[in-house]
Amino acid sequence: MADKPTDRNEKSGMSRRAFIKNTGLVAGGVVGGGLFGGLFTNQLQKNAPVTTLENTSGGLQDARVFINRAEDFDILSAATERLFPKDDLGPGAIELGIPYFIDKQLAGEWGMNSKEYMKGPFITNIQAAGTHNIKRDQDTQGPNAATQVPTPTPRYQSILNRSEVFTLGLRKINEVAQKDFGARFVDLDPEKQDEVLRMFEEGKVEMKGVGSSNFFSLLLQTTIEGAYADPVYGGNKDMMGWKMKEYPGPRASFLNDIEKEEFIKMDPVSLRNYQGH
Amino acid sequence: MVVKLDKVDVVVVGTGWAGGVVSAELSKAGYKVVALERGKNVTRDDYIGVKDELRYTNRYEMMQNLAPETITSRNYIDEDALPVRTRKEMMAGTDLGGGSVHWAGATYRWKAYDFEIKSKTIERYGKAKIPNDMTIQDWGITYDEMEKYYDRWEKTAGISGEPDPLGDKRSSDYPNPPMKESPAIRLFKDTTKKMGYHPYQVASGNLSQAYTNPDGEQINQCMFCSFCTQYGCDFGAKSDPLVTVIPTAMKTGNFEVRTGSYVKRVLYKGGKATGVLYVDNMTGIEYEQPADVVVLAAFTFTNNRLLLLSGIGQPYNPTTKKGVIGRNFNAQFNITFLGARGFFNEKKFNSYMGAGALGATLSDFAGDNFDHSKLDFINGGGIELRQYGSGAIATNHVPNGTPSWGPEFKKNSIYYTNRTYVAWYTMATMSYWHNFVDLDPTYTDSFNDPLLRITYKYTDQDRNMAKFGIEKCSEIMKEMGADIVDDDEVPQEFDHVYDGGHYAGGVIMGSDPATSAVNNYLQMWDVDNLFVVGGSAFPQFAGHHPTATIGALGYRASEGIEKYLKSGGQLVKGKQESASV
Ligand SMILES: Cc1cc2nc3c(=O)[nH]c(=O)nc-3n(C[C@H](O)[C@H](O)[C@H](O)COP(=O)(O)OP(=O)(O)OC[C@H]3O[C@@H](n4cnc5c(N)ncnc54)[C@H](O)[C@@H]3O)c2cc1C
Ligand code: SF4
Repeated sequence: MADKPTDRNEKSGMSRRAFIKNTGLVAGGVVGGGLFGGLFTNQLQKNAPVTTLENTSGGLQDARVFINRAEDFDILSAATERLFPKDDLGPGAIELGIPYFIDKQLAGEWGMNSKEYMKGPFITNIQAAGTHNIKRDQDTQGPNAATQVPTPTPRYQSILNRSEVFTLGLRKINEVAQKDFGARFVDLDPEKQDEVLRMFEEGKVEMKGVGSSNFFSLLLQTTIEGAYADPVYGGNKDMMGWKMKEYPGPRASFLNDIEKEEFIKMDPVSLRNYQGH
Repeated sequence: MVVKLDKVDVVVVGTGWAGGVVSAELSKAGYKVVALERGKNVTRDDYIGVKDELRYTNRYEMMQNLAPETITSRNYIDEDALPVRTRKEMMAGTDLGGGSVHWAGATYRWKAYDFEIKSKTIERYGKAKIPNDMTIQDWGITYDEMEKYYDRWEKTAGISGEPDPLGDKRSSDYPNPPMKESPAIRLFKDTTKKMGYHPYQVASGNLSQAYTNPDGEQINQCMFCSFCTQYGCDFGAKSDPLVTVIPTAMKTGNFEVRTGSYVKRVLYKGGKATGVLYVDNMTGIEYEQPADVVVLAAFTFTNNRLLLLSGIGQPYNPTTKKGVIGRNFNAQFNITFLGARGFFNEKKFNSYMGAGALGATLSDFAGDNFDHSKLDFINGGGIELRQYGSGAIATNHVPNGTPSWGPEFKKNSIYYTNRTYVAWYTMATMSYWHNFVDLDPTYTDSFNDPLLRITYKYTDQDRNMAKFGIEKCSEIMKEMGADIVDDDEVPQEFDHVYDGGHYAGGVIMGSDPATSAVNNYLQMWDVDNLFVVGGSAFPQFAGHHPTATIGALGYRASEGIEKYLKSGGQLVKGKQESASV
């Protein structure tokens, strides 16, 4: 399984055939988010949610339950904020509680790989790193594409469970920051932080027992999950993630609306509302 | 020590559609049936109030726990296979009702062409059209013979749909009308109609109205709640074994289901299966359940593995190309369901609403509905546009060229949340001598029994068909008015991700015992009282979803088992076909 050509992150979007209707917005055949920037801001500014102290006060109940060192947690916060930054559309990772969400996930069944096959033999570390760096973008592939997080899927062959991968990865982020940029990750300016993260994304950082892109992929996956999972898990604070997306949350029935042409915006409700407690 | 239990008429392994249909039919006929299910006992109550995307979609709450057992996977015969370790890479059902509870409900009959693919392909295009490596074969049963079983299953499941305008003959309409149309579905239908195609509503196991099936089971009307595929239905509105065949079997008083019962072997003596050996997951105690008839309905992987572990049937050997168990493994992996994603700048859809099987489709490029004379592949697939109801975590689709994180990603993913749809090609996959299953030489389960090993690679046929389908989907998306259309790329090789539950073969049907494991009643050629039911019997994969065919085969097998219980013996006389492996 030496070369997997299916990864879209490693190749640029250029390699895929893309059709773009002639809207006058396009230069050179590639749509970068940047080109759309103006368009988005115009259309979305009106609805940008206002962040106030009241709707972020849920944070009072948050505390770390897996990550021991405050320093590790700060790296996690800074990194996730780069992946999902605060902007004029709404809150970023920190305000949404994403670092706490991830911390909780790592403490539980998923972080401990309780339901994954973790029996040996494990292929050696060097091979494992190589395997992990083979990525695949699930976004548009597979029968279940519509229900997958659009993050790369490396083939998991590590002896480490996910919480161990995170602990190693977060510390490695700092190591790389120190070594290549001479400062702690949290003290770097955002562009430098992005550079560090990109090195992980591209699998350029050597990690023990796991490919660095594998760690990055878990970090990105959990960041997105933390933005949009039900608030009961500690992220998506006050459903602010859902509000940005105009996502209504769990509801019993859309029977009377499914045929309607116009977009229906609903105030979101959460699992807590749905279960009626 | 093994505890030996009292003999029953029939023991069934697995409680999905395959095992459920067999259990219901035989217990209705008065036979004592015991079903063994490795997973938990669940009821509809387990699915009330659990609309939790993280837990079900992203953490695979309803999928098999891989800690004790998984499969291993490789592309080539000379490679070491590696275990598929995480649930993100492996979806298979567990718990009462199996994968048949968390399915989406998209329902298709397979075509007359599919059942006689080899003869019909040769008839129309000549022998040379089938590449040497390809081991497709006729099923030993025709569509016309299968029709009444499809009809039966559709009525049991309360399928809601309208006939495929290009479909084969039906003896009656679906028992319920098609589901409502959302604007995106209307757009797909209007557009493709203008393009000269024949769109219709996907037939659905999410019911368009309240319905009572012929066994007296009530299924409710679907609410389009969107927490559907990978979830159990909290309204009893998705047709699954929990609301149909399992209660039907229970009502007879002849049926017992034992959950938490992990089957390890089929017991076999003197040319007959004598019962099964299983472990109670709670106590670790091993039991022998003797029975007159043993039915394996434990999905493709377990059906194959139990035969191989039990030493029943001749294992397939890819070097000699002899043997049958494990032969013709076939599946829909990441080269299928590819197409084109459209992004609409002017339109906003209520895409957060939906149901597992809500969608439109067309069969103009399915099966042999189009001329393949000048094409570099055979068979085809449906083109579908589905509206599952997009979850908030799942829906982060961005146009190509957008970075996958950071400010641009955030903007684009939020902007396009309700402005994107995909059309995909549900293409068929053919069988080859080099795609098969056997036992892994290295990796074992928690009892130290070898894991099942999959060897599977893509071929030019796969890649050519995928490319063809992507082009068609792309044209449709453009016509639908999408401002940006991103075409999927054709992967060069299978990536060892088993999502979607469409894996089949290994214990295939046919009319020649040299190239098939079971006859057209799903009865093993080698063992008269052993029936192996499910997708494991597909000799190759058709260009549509599999479950209606699995349900229909359940009825076919039930008929065979009853015949066997009455008169014994082989129900079909094997034919020797030309040695064209
Ligand atoms: C997310 C998802 C969506 C899908 N959507 C669709 C769709 O829209 N349309 C479609 O046609 N198909 C769909 N499918 C496929 C569909 O789920 C299967 O085709 C169908 O459920 C197979 O039925 P079955 O009875 O053969 O297997 P299952 O329903 O999986 O039942 C097999 C049972 O056997 C049990 N078992 C296995 N091994 C053992 C053992 N050793 N001992 C005891 N018990 C055992 C399992 O726990 C399981 O309960 C989907 C699959 C998935 C995963
Ligand atoms: S979409 Fe319909 S069938 Fe599916 S879970 Fe919701 S109510 Fe049930």
